[in-house]
Amino acid sequence: MQHYSMNLKLKVWRQKNSNDNGHFENYDVNNISSEMSFLEMIDVLNERLISEGSDSIAFDHDCREGICGMCSMVINGQPHGPWKGTTTCQLHMRAFKDGDQITIEPFRANAFPVVKDLMVNRSAFDRIIQSGGYVSVNTGNAVDGNSLPIEKQHADDAFAAAACIGCGACVAACKNASAMLFVSAKVSHLAQLPQGEPERKQRVVSMIAQMDKEGFGSCTNTYACEAECPKEISVLNIARLNREYLNANLSGN
Amino acid sequence: MNWSLLFSSSIGKKIVMALTGIFLVVFLVVHCYVNANIFFANAEENFNRAAHFMGSNLLVRITEIGLFAGFILHIVQGYKLELQNRGSRKSRYAVTAGNKTSKWYSRSMAILGTLILLFLIIHLAHFWVPSRFGGLEEVYYGDKKFHNLYLEMKNIFAEPWVVIVYILGCFSLSWHLLHGVQSAAQTLGWTNKNFFPMIKTIGIVFSILVPLIFALMPLAMYFGLQLDLENITLLF
Repeated sequence: MQHYSMNLKLKVWRQKNSNDNGHFENYDVNNISSEMSFLEMIDVLNERLISEGSDSIAFDHDCREGICGMCSMVINGQPHGPWKGTTTCQLHMRAFKDGDQITIEPFRANAFPVVKDLMVNRSAFDRIIQSGGYVSVNTGNAVDGNSLPIEKQHADDAFAAAACIGCGACVAACKNASAMLFVSAKVSHLAQLPQGEPERKQRVVSMIAQMDKEGFGSCTNTYACEAECPKEISVLNIARLNREYLNANLSGN
Repeated sequence: MNWSLLFSSSIGKKIVMALTGIFLVVFLVVHCYVNANIFFANAEENFNRAAHFMGSNLLVRITEIGLFAGFILHIVQGYKLELQNRGSRKSRYAVTAGNKTSKWYSRSMAILGTLILLFLIIHLAHFWVPSRFGGLEEVYYGDKKFHNLYLEMKNIFAEPWVVIVYILGCFSLSWHLLHGVQSAAQTLGWTNKNFFPMIKTIGIVFSILVPLIFALMPLAMYFGLQLDLENITLLF
């Protein structure tokens, strides 16, 4: 691929704290390499802002290799930007061309209050995970793996669901700011494995109760979440979540 | 199941939407079948007899109460969900690009539902109110007396604007169903990799076919069209 450099016009959301109303500010960034990642491009801008004595743009990041789920931001209306199945940190500047205008916003949802600029508080997801409780496992010697047969399809589906990194792009993309894709991935991950079986019913009921408490919207099956998910979690997991919830309530105490 | 979850939890509310939606779909099939009498030979008598059966049979009348309850639940719960969903993102995006996965009608269920509700009010005022509370002419078949609902239909659909309103109502219904049928299946958890494409196809065929037959009714009345098929009778 041809290397090139570009000049860009950025329109970035600036917000001092969760009480501030927030506004957009425009920045010109020049000589950006097509080999840079999107976050490195913001690093370059931040270096400049700091040297000018102004406040740098706050954004979340950690591993920068697409597995931790920390990076967020909505780039030109798309959570994690234009590339499919990619987190913001893995998005590279070759996705853009010279002269492009890029609008950068935080994930917007009542359940994800802005901490500062592009950083949002996604603790709601942590509380949902916590509400799921524990998974019973045998202690002592490790059991022989072959003594726990798991149907291939279930193993594959559980693994695909477990790929969810909890970044919140599904909430950011959803017109209702619904967390159903996230919760469905977490429920599907354990519902298909013998390891999660003992707490299966309680888990789904508690997680949905917590999800509702956090103020997310409900799912109207328009599937924007699946398209924007960097781990391409399938909406069929949402059908499974609905099934699990119904089963748990119909057969529970 | 703690039944109150059906009205308090997010999935519970959606299950109510899906179940009442399916119930209303079943109603559409019955309504469509009964009315289709007007397309065939001996339309007036067959249709009036069918309407008489629907208005006098005890089981149908009991189901009618359920139908009203189903409509009210579907409407009230639908508006509640819509308000809640709209309120879940107070600060709006400056740029939105996330509409590629869904059609406009999938994102406009509340607006389409409202249009259907307005249509329903007009429709009930046209036909249901006079057949329940009087105001229809009477006709004898043999020595038995029937309401002439067929004549009422002819009179009402003589107005071009009424025909247009009814056709627009059918369009709203079609778009509402195009999203609603497959969405109900997903909400009830009936979808999986092998099954989903089939459900979607059935949903699309149903959503076009049934409103189309309904739309043909005012048109057939207005233009006085009838199929000349002696052997077909939809009377039960």
